[in-house]
Amino acid sequence: MSEKAKITLTINGRAYDIAVEPRRTLVDAIREDCGQTGTHIGCEHGVCGACTVIVDGEPVRSCLMFAAQADGKAIRTVEGLADGEKLHPMQQAFMDHHGLQCGFCTPGFLMLAVGVLEREPNLSDDELLDVLSSNLCRCTGYQNIVKAVRAAAKEMRTA
Amino acid sequence: MSGPAKFVGRSVTRLEDRPLLRGEGRFAADISFPGQWIMRVVRSAVAHGEIKGIDAGAALALPGVHAVWTHADVAHLPPIPFRLTGLTALEPYRQPVLAKDMVRYVGEPVAVVFADNPYVAEDAADLVDIDIAAREAVIQADAAPGVFAADLNTEPSIIVKGFGDVDAAFRTANAVVSLDLSVGRHTGVPLETRGAIARYDEARDVLEMHGAAKVPHWNRDTLARMLGRAADKVQLYEGHVGGGFGIRGELYPEDILVCAAALAFKRPIKWIEDRREHLIAANHSRQQQHRVRAAIDRDGHILAIDDEFFHDNGAYMRTHAATVPDLAAAMLPGPYRVPAYRAVGHIRLTNKTPCGTYRAPGRYESTFVRERLLDAVAAKVGVDTVEIRKRNLIGKSAMPYALGLDTLGTKIVYDSGDYALLLDKALAAAKWDTLQAELKKRRAAGELVGAGVGMFVEKSGLGPFDTVRVEVKPDGQIEAITGVASIGQGVETVIAQICADALGVDYTDVRVVHGQTDRIARGMGAFASRVTVMCGEATRLAAGKLHEQALACAAQLMQTNAEALDIVDGVVLRKDGAGPSMTLAEVAKAMPNGLSAEDTFESTHMVYPYGVHVGAVRIDRDTGGIAIERYVIAYDIGKAVNPKLVEGQIAGGLAQGLGGALLEEFLYDEAGEPLSVTFADYLMPTAREVPAHTILVTEDAPSPLNPLGLKGAGEGGTNPVGAVIAAATDDALGTPGAITQLPVTPQRLKAILKLRKASPAGAPADAARPR
Repeated sequence: MSEKAKITLTINGRAYDIAVEPRRTLVDAIREDCGQTGTHIGCEHGVCGACTVIVDGEPVRSCLMFAAQADGKAIRTVEGLADGEKLHPMQQAFMDHHGLQCGFCTPGFLMLAVGVLEREPNLSDDELLDVLSSNLCRCTGYQNIVKAVRAAAKEMRTA
Repeated sequence: MSGPAKFVGRSVTRLEDRPLLRGEGRFAADISFPGQWIMRVVRSAVAHGEIKGIDAGAALALPGVHAVWTHADVAHLPPIPFRLTGLTALEPYRQPVLAKDMVRYVGEPVAVVFADNPYVAEDAADLVDIDIAAREAVIQADAAPGVFAADLNTEPSIIVKGFGDVDAAFRTANAVVSLDLSVGRHTGVPLETRGAIARYDEARDVLEMHGAAKVPHWNRDTLARMLGRAADKVQLYEGHVGGGFGIRGELYPEDILVCAAALAFKRPIKWIEDRREHLIAANHSRQQQHRVRAAIDRDGHILAIDDEFFHDNGAYMRTHAATVPDLAAAMLPGPYRVPAYRAVGHIRLTNKTPCGTYRAPGRYESTFVRERLLDAVAAKVGVDTVEIRKRNLIGKSAMPYALGLDTLGTKIVYDSGDYALLLDKALAAAKWDTLQAELKKRRAAGELVGAGVGMFVEKSGLGPFDTVRVEVKPDGQIEAITGVASIGQGVETVIAQICADALGVDYTDVRVVHGQTDRIARGMGAFASRVTVMCGEATRLAAGKLHEQALACAAQLMQTNAEALDIVDGVVLRKDGAGPSMTLAEVAKAMPNGLSAEDTFESTHMVYPYGVHVGAVRIDRDTGGIAIERYVIAYDIGKAVNPKLVEGQIAGGLAQGLGGALLEEFLYDEAGEPLSVTFADYLMPTAREVPAHTILVTEDAPSPLNPLGLKGAGEGGTNPVGAVIAAATDDALGTPGAITQLPVTPQRLKAILKLRKASPAGAPADAARPR
C-alpha cells in the first residue's frame, strides 16, 4: 500500500510518535500502535460506539476517523478517566448501578457520556437517553447504564 | 459451615468491574504475541455451488503475505464434532474446517490467508479468486427437502417426542384450535466479535489457544483429538469475554484453523472476526415454523397438543447438533397440564449460516407457540387470557412433576414450583385489573393499546458435574479454581460469595479462576444457566471441606479441639471467644503446602425455574411501530445469590427478547444472499427501545436438588418476550390471533392494520390471520 506518514497522537496527555498508512483507522492506531487496548472495536462502521473516544473535547467513533486526521489533536481514552486509583464519578456510578456485565461496550459508553456531559452538564433525562441510544450494549438492557449516567451527571455537576 | 450467610443473598458489588471500567480488560483482540501472523478467512460469496478452482497466486504475490490454505491443506482434519445431542444420523452433515468441493452458505470458509498484519491480510483475501458453479439455493425449511450431497437430502433427521393418546384426544375433543406460527432468524450477537490466538510453545511442546470462552475444557479435548495431540499438550485460556449468549465459545472452523496453522508454521496465529463476518459466520438461531393444534374441552382445558415444526438449521449441523429442536419439542408443554402430547420436529438444512443455541434456545420458540395457543384457546372458549391459564396450570401439589419427556440426556421433572402464585404476584405487580380498565377506556377513545401475559418453565443447572478446588496459599491468597467460564454474567462475584460464606472469609478476598484448562483437569463451562447451580454447589462443598481442614490444622497449632473453633472474617478463633486466634493465612503458612480442598457436585437432573411476563403496548397507526408502556417480569429462581446480578441478567435477557420480538431478523433473498450483514440492517435494541420495567425475583420454590435451593437465572428474561409482545399486540388490535410471526416489524404490523381496515373491526380472528 501507500507510504506511511509520521504523525503524533496525543493520548491522555502523552505523545506517541507513530508512522501510519493513510488508511489506518484511529482506533487501530490507538490500540496497535500506541498499545492502549481499553478502546474496543465492535463493528467498524460507526454504529455500535464501542470505539468512542474524546477528540478535542468531542466524543467520536474512532473507527470512522483516520489516525492521520487526529494528528496533533488531544485524544482521551478510557485509560485516562481515573485519577490514579480513584475512579472517575462515571466509572464509579457504573459500578454502583451494575451498569456493566461483560464490559466490552463499557469504555465506549463511559467516553460518550463523559464527553457529552463535560460540554453540556445540564442535559435533561430525555436528552441523555437520546445520547445513550447512540451506543449499543448487548448485556444490560440499558436501564442500569441510564441510571448510572444520570447519577454521575449529578455528581459531575456538583463536583 | 460458619453461621448464617453473610454474602449469599446480598447484592454486593461485582469483583469483575474495576479492570473493565479502567480499560484494563483482556479481550481476545487485546492479546498479541511477538512475530504473530494474522489470519483472514476467505468466505464464499455464493450460497450453494460447486468449487471449480481456487487461485491464490495474486494473493501470495502481495508483500507481507506468507501462505494461503485451502481444503487440501487441512484435508487431514475431521469435520467439527458434536458437543450436545449428537444423533448419528446428523454426522454426515457436520461442517468441514474449510469447504471441500461444495459451498453451502454465503460466509462459509473456503480459504485462509496468513499475513503480517490485518490490512495486508484483508487485501490478500480479496485477491483470492474462487471459481464457483452456482446451484439453486434451498431457502425455505418447510418446502420439500432439497439435495445436500449424493444420497443425502436436506432433512437429516426428525425429532419425535410425546406421551398419551393424542389421536384419541382429538377425536373426542369439544373443539380444536389450530395455528401456523413462525419465529424469525436471529441470534446472540455479542458486542465483542469472536477471536482466537494460537501459539505453539516448542520448548514445552504445548499448543496454547487464547480467546477461549464458554466450554474451554470440551474445546481443548476436542481440538487435541482433531489435531492428534495429547489433551495436556493443548491448553486453552479464557480472558475477558465480551458476551456469550450461547453462540460464543462453541468450537468453530476458525478456532481449529489458528491451532493447525500455529503448529504448521510454528508462529503465533491471530484471528479477529470483523462484524460482517460475525453476522454471516457465527451461529444463527431461532428460525422455526410450527403447525400446532390443541384439543380442548368445553371449558378450555387442554386435552392434547399436537405440533409439527420445521427447524431451519442453516447449511450444516454444528456443535449443538439437534439441541435446539430437541429443546423446543421437550419444553413446549410448559407450565400447563397436557394429558397427551406429540411433537414432530423436522431438522432441515438450508443454504444459510449454520445454527446453534441462543439464550433460551428452543424455548423462546416453543413458548411463543404454546402461549399463542393458550391465547387462541381463550378466544375460542370466550374467556380472558389469564383465566385460561389458571384453568390449565399444573398445581403446586403436583410437584415434583414428571413431564414424561427427556432432553439433553436428562428426564424432565419440574422439581418445584407454585405457578399460580407467581401469576398472581406478576398480575399484582402489573396492576392488571386497573390496567385493563385503563386500556379499555383508551381503546374506546380510539387508541390501539393492549396487554398480554406469557408464562413459562425454564430449565437450568445442567450437569453432569462440576469440580472446584479451593486453596489458601501460604501468602494468604484464597483461590477458587473452577472449570466454568465467565461470559460477563458475574461468575467471579457469585462464586466468591458462596465460597466466602462456606469458608468464613470476605468475598473480596476470594479470587475465582475460570476458563484455564491448565489449572483444573476437567470442567463443563458456562451454558444452560448452569454455573451458579452446579459450580456454586461444588464451591460450597469444596469450601466447606477446606473449612474443616483449616480448623483441624488450626486445632493442632492452637492445641485445642477443632469443634471449639470457627472461622470468622478470615480469622480462626474459639467459639467461646477465649484464648488466642490466628488468621487463615497463618494457618496456611504453617502447613507445608498451604490449605487445599477439592469437591465435585454431580447431578443427573436439571432444575426448573419458572416465570411470568406481563406487557402492555401501544401501536402507532401511522408507522406500525410498537411502544412498550409497561413490562413486568416475575421469575422464581429458588434462591438468588446476588439479587442485583439476577436482575441484571433478567433485564439484559428482556432486551434480547425484545430484539427478537420487534427488530432482529436475518433476511435472505431467493438466491441465498444474506441481507442483514451490518448493524444498519440487523437492528438491535438501543436505550430508546428497551422500556423501563419491573422485575420481581421470587424465592417461593427453592430447588430440592441442591442445599441452597438454587436455580439458574440466565434465560428467563428472554424466554416469553415474543409471546407477550404478540399477545399484547393482538389485544391492542382487538384481533385475537393477529400476530403469527416474529419479529413484529412495522412493515408486518402495517400489513395487518391494512387487512384489518379492509375487514371491519371485531371480525372473527381467522379472517385476519394469514395461513
